[in-house]
Amino acid sequence: MIETHEVAPLDVARRDAVAAVEVHELRKVFKVPDRKKGRFGRKTRIALDGVSFVLERGETVAILGQNGSGKSTLVRLLSTLLLPDGGSAVIFGHDVVTDARAVRRLVNRVSVEASFFKKMSSAENLGYASRYYGMTAGQTKDLIPEILERVGFPKDRRDESMENLSRGMQQKVALARALLTSPVLLLLDEPTTGLDPRSKLEVQDFIREIRTNHDSTILLCTHDLAEAESLAERVGILDRGRLLALEPADDLKRRYGCGTLEEAFFSATGREFEAEADDDDDDDREVFA
Amino acid sequence: MRALVSTMRAELVGAGGVVERNYYLTKRYIWWDIAWFLWTVANTLTIVFIAKGIEASGGELDVNRTMTTLLIGAVVWAYLGILFEFLMETVAWERWEGTIEYTFMAPLSRAMHLAGQGIFAIIYGLLRAMFLFAVCAFLFFDLAMPNAQFFPAFVVLVVSSVSFIGIGMMMSVLPLISPEKGTQLGFVAQGTLLVVSGVYYPVSVLPEWMQWIATISPATYALDGIREAILEGQGLTAMWDELWPLMIIGVVSIPIGLWVFGRGERYAKKHGKLKRSG
Repeated sequence: MIETHEVAPLDVARRDAVAAVEVHELRKVFKVPDRKKGRFGRKTRIALDGVSFVLERGETVAILGQNGSGKSTLVRLLSTLLLPDGGSAVIFGHDVVTDARAVRRLVNRVSVEASFFKKMSSAENLGYASRYYGMTAGQTKDLIPEILERVGFPKDRRDESMENLSRGMQQKVALARALLTSPVLLLLDEPTTGLDPRSKLEVQDFIREIRTNHDSTILLCTHDLAEAESLAERVGILDRGRLLALEPADDLKRRYGCGTLEEAFFSATGREFEAEADDDDDDDREVFA
Repeated sequence: MRALVSTMRAELVGAGGVVERNYYLTKRYIWWDIAWFLWTVANTLTIVFIAKGIEASGGELDVNRTMTTLLIGAVVWAYLGILFEFLMETVAWERWEGTIEYTFMAPLSRAMHLAGQGIFAIIYGLLRAMFLFAVCAFLFFDLAMPNAQFFPAFVVLVVSSVSFIGIGMMMSVLPLISPEKGTQLGFVAQGTLLVVSGVYYPVSVLPEWMQWIATISPATYALDGIREAILEGQGLTAMWDELWPLMIIGVVSIPIGLWVFGRGERYAKKHGKLKRSG
């Protein structure tokens, strides 16, 4: 188990008393181009439509949804990168709008794109990023090599530019970056999308280890049904901004009378899981992904 | 009290992280920096040669003094360009690399984030400006500056940097609210600032409305002060007329810059613009 640096110790009594995440009637709308109204035409598109759920501390929850279903909007709202248009989101008792800085100390994320300064090395990227969380060079001197080693990053490539690394390797560094700051809420937004099968399994194994060995609550947004079922205790279905269900995978299958999660998704949304959105409205929904 | 000290320490470490990141980037893009510096040298020489050109075409002027005047203008222009470039990269570069969301979701206050960006820009910009001045003045032209007081000139440039950073913060919001056009608008603002500040000519030759704008531009006082120190040999005490306006503009521009950036960040979060390009 990796000993991570405690960036901002939580008030333990408070942390134990409150839910990890409480989302109530969360709503987000965007103005998007409307080709029918001419060059400057705009229309309103609902990205999240009254989403409510609670995550208990230490829980791993997967949110399933197609591209444009609102998964990334949800993650960005919980990361304080978006302001909601209605409802509320509270993380360990801190509101994401009015107490954003406290939320930021508790949260980190891994997104579909690894997102690094590509000319810089993994060690450099992790080094400066950890300073933003108040960790000094002395504190990260041993910790960064330790975490990189744990995620299976080769020691002899630590000084190599990120641009020379494979996507799978970059995603491992992204996981290391997230874990370095000891987040009590880890937001994973399609962390294995686009990875080769081996890298995908390695990343999933590491998520399992975080779940087992760290005091982290995990919200995993994915469109990989098997991944959701194997990693999460509860699975939610997000469709066109609406959370249709959130319960253990077996309960979902029972509720919709299906043998597989894919069939349950189809029953819940009325659409095939892998089917690409093909109507006009869904073209615009891509902006929320 | 302990919590406050801990927060302040974390903030300073965070600002140090911004400086550290820019150091790594400069190191990794060193050849790009060298090429850019050579371009700036060529650009500066082109401007300074104008004085020789006027003399060659029969104009009567003190060539050495005019060349030094033009050189100071070109160096300050280049310095300002570096400061604004770094501040505008706060958003633009991060958006391009895709790190913007990770930076803006970190628990580092925006004030210290921008301060870190400004501190590195000043250190890098000052070193570059001094090197540029030395290369052009002494290597290419062998300019005579018998009365030059370099330390007071350096102090004026450092003091003016605070104001420039404040204005740079205001400009750096442009790429945040307009990913496509923001950076270009920043260049427009930078050019406008220097045009009204007498970068290669006295402010008195400008139309009256431009002269009025010049009185609130820190570049006006910076250029005047540096020229007085290098051409006239003025010391710091004699330059109080330039220093106090620079201090006032600095004290005012930093909070305004932070406020403007904060409003821009809120707008970006409201409209979903705080995200990577592509």
